[in-house]
Amino acid sequence: MTPDRIVGIDLGTTNSLVAYMQGGTPAVIPGEDGSNLVPSVVALDENNQTIIGNSARRNLIETPDRAVYSVKRLMGRGVDDVQEELKLFPFRLADDLQPGEVLRIQLGNRSFNPPEISAFILRQLKKNAERFFGAPVAKAVITVPAYFNDAQRQATKDAGRIAGLDVLRLVNEPTAASLAYGLDKKTNGTIAVYDLGGGTFDISILKLHDGIFEVIATNGDTHLGGDDIDNLLITVALDDIRGDMGIDLRRNGEAVQAIRKAVIDAKIALSSQNSVKLDLELPGGHHYRREITREMFEQLAQPVIDRTVGPTKQALKDAGLKPEQIDEVVLVGGSTRIPKVRQLVQDIFKRVPHTDLNPDEVVALGAAVQANILGGGSEATKELLLLDVTPLSLGIEVAGGVTDKIILRNSTIPASATQHYTTQIDGQTNVAIHVLQGERELAKDCRSLARFDLKGIPPMPAGMPRIEVKFLIDANGILHVSAREQRSGKESEIEVQPSYGLTDDQVEGMLLESFDFAEEDFRQRQVIEARREADTIIAALEKSRKNDAWSKLRKDEREQIAKLESGLLAVKSSDDYQSIRKAIDVLNQATMRLAELMMDSAVATALKGKAMDETNLEEGPTAGHPVAKAEFK
Amino acid sequence: MPGDATSTCWSCGTMRAAHFCSSCGKVQPPVPADYFTFFGLPRKLQIDGSQLEKEFYALNRKLHPDVYASAPAQERAWSLEQSSLLNDAYRTLKDPIRRTEYLLRLEGVELEEQSKAATEKARATGEIKKQVVPPDLLEEVFELNMQLEELRAQKKVGEDDPALLEELGKAKLFLEEKSEGMMAELQTYWKDWDRGVDSGTEESLRKTRDQMVDLINRRNYIRNLVRDVNEVLES
Repeated sequence: MTPDRIVGIDLGTTNSLVAYMQGGTPAVIPGEDGSNLVPSVVALDENNQTIIGNSARRNLIETPDRAVYSVKRLMGRGVDDVQEELKLFPFRLADDLQPGEVLRIQLGNRSFNPPEISAFILRQLKKNAERFFGAPVAKAVITVPAYFNDAQRQATKDAGRIAGLDVLRLVNEPTAASLAYGLDKKTNGTIAVYDLGGGTFDISILKLHDGIFEVIATNGDTHLGGDDIDNLLITVALDDIRGDMGIDLRRNGEAVQAIRKAVIDAKIALSSQNSVKLDLELPGGHHYRREITREMFEQLAQPVIDRTVGPTKQALKDAGLKPEQIDEVVLVGGSTRIPKVRQLVQDIFKRVPHTDLNPDEVVALGAAVQANILGGGSEATKELLLLDVTPLSLGIEVAGGVTDKIILRNSTIPASATQHYTTQIDGQTNVAIHVLQGERELAKDCRSLARFDLKGIPPMPAGMPRIEVKFLIDANGILHVSAREQRSGKESEIEVQPSYGLTDDQVEGMLLESFDFAEEDFRQRQVIEARREADTIIAALEKSRKNDAWSKLRKDEREQIAKLESGLLAVKSSDDYQSIRKAIDVLNQATMRLAELMMDSAVATALKGKAMDETNLEEGPTAGHPVAKAEFK
Repeated sequence: MPGDATSTCWSCGTMRAAHFCSSCGKVQPPVPADYFTFFGLPRKLQIDGSQLEKEFYALNRKLHPDVYASAPAQERAWSLEQSSLLNDAYRTLKDPIRRTEYLLRLEGVELEEQSKAATEKARATGEIKKQVVPPDLLEEVFELNMQLEELRAQKKVGEDDPALLEELGKAKLFLEEKSEGMMAELQTYWKDWDRGVDSGTEESLRKTRDQMVDLINRRNYIRNLVRDVNEVLES
């Protein structure tokens, strides 16, 4: 029996490719038209037949309401996540979309969700491979941006399944690129892969060691790429046309697509020329003519390009490396052809990046290498092994809306972590577990991945049940969570399903935001903890009022405590943690004598029934100050 | 090579290593084990980092899910579990602080820093959860807090005093040096601990353990202080 053919697929924002290992070398499989790249464009013809790739590009201009591009931007996202995209891209959401539903795109009179549209592209690649081999292809390795979250990965896997492919592995794009890069160089050392594509940016730092490709750190932005530069150029052209000719073409889909095509051609030309001339025929016989110089282009694109700096520096920092410690920088993705991007990379790493790989193909080639490894390997790949990491921290929501991180970002996968939780209320039989992904301190600022209920906990006093939660991230970067109440042995298991429709911040921005908001997060956390502490003290004070010691206090002492207590209650709900802490401190001071009295009475109780000469007061029970300041650092 | 030779391989029936069969190479069902045991190491703290890395790579070549991509479901599941354990263990043991904290936890110590349980308990019972200022730092911490307070107040009204900034920068440097000095101190405790495991008494081990707990708590206290300083400086 011949082993199953496993192909490697790069499912890109702009272009997609399929590749396989031919002997010891990976090669891209061309389509029927001889082209290696299949543009990630899907259109429906008048008979509702799908048209994919190069032939669909015409439809984009002629029937823009029956065509879609850059659908990768919508993978694994909810309606609320994509509002920004909808302003910039001609995505038409289906009118009958229900809240909480996976979003669907309208194409003519039909609608499809993003995995379905991606599946059309995958099916075309599968067809190309089958034509090439003259045999069916059912297994694939598909690449995803390293910074894709759980939901985006799930959506990609779903797309594969819809296309009739058994997805053996999702591989991170920069990691795949490093495989293709390192395949024939048996070098050891540290490399950085800078991957700026049509819609996503990734940076990965890897250690190569005798065939082991170990990712040390990764970072990125899943909504940053050449698309963003194109949109700026389109906006400039539309504004020009409106200003010079008084024609507003913004709602004219055909015209916008024609402009889009023209500015993309111009952008590409500007990587090798110093200026280009745009000449576009507009509706009504008008002409739009404009010269764009490289300087103008670079000025416009600079803010987009600069957004790659933050993630790059963060990845280096997470790897614990200085730019000079990187032995080689590899450029991946079509947008790295822009001279300004190369310059930026060179400035950051203080070395000339590697450019002898075809930045459009290297990811697919790497996917083919990984496919070969999974298929049992060959002479060329037998020593190779990828050790990748999870790009985002995983956690669970705990009291106060705080994220308790369970697996930190850049942990090698597969990775697991076990945490123990308990109930808050006597007799509580359910525990809701909210799974999160992101770097922010507060749950509301992280991406919600799933909520699940652990049911049927035997009724016990608060704090008695012992609930063990196990998080496991598999080699695809997809999370599995299981929980068990250890006293009853009750288990509930879920595969994490993406929580669509939630209004969480865009995940790709999370890490960056986390950087910007670290301070705000810290402050909010301080507030929550100060409040908690206040609650603890108030509760303890309530308890001590029943103690004999309370009645031993003088009237003025009791009044003072009551006054300070109401002072604490008054500031407790404010956002000023410092005044909450101050109120806690003064209340602490005022209850000092109460604590001493309570301690005395505890000692007295303990001494009861013991002959005085047998005991030594020094060894009395050491009851703590009942309302002492707790520290939560 | 780590392992115990007491059980037999489910697949070929020969004696096996802990995680994969030394005869036929197949992955074995995971056995609950602490991270030291997983690597076949004694519970000692002086670990040769490059040796550990070598072992990590070697075990990954045997246990990683990529190796079992075409294997039956049961073997794939074992491989997933074994390799996640391997990665977790390596991540913990390669880092000096995580390694020490992990060992202390195995020894039944609950450190203040990570003791969420203690926080919860304090909350429920009203008991004290204390964070003690390291005695040798009392003076510095007191002064630092005053300076932080002052700078916060200044920043609120949009000023910052360069002299104060410099003072804080110095304080931060002092703390960072202190923290580094602690790493050297920690290594002497590691030596004590490892010697204790070989030939020491219960009591000497307990003493070293307590010294390490104290050190880790002090270090975490300093780390938090540095974080506070950074917070104010960068605001």
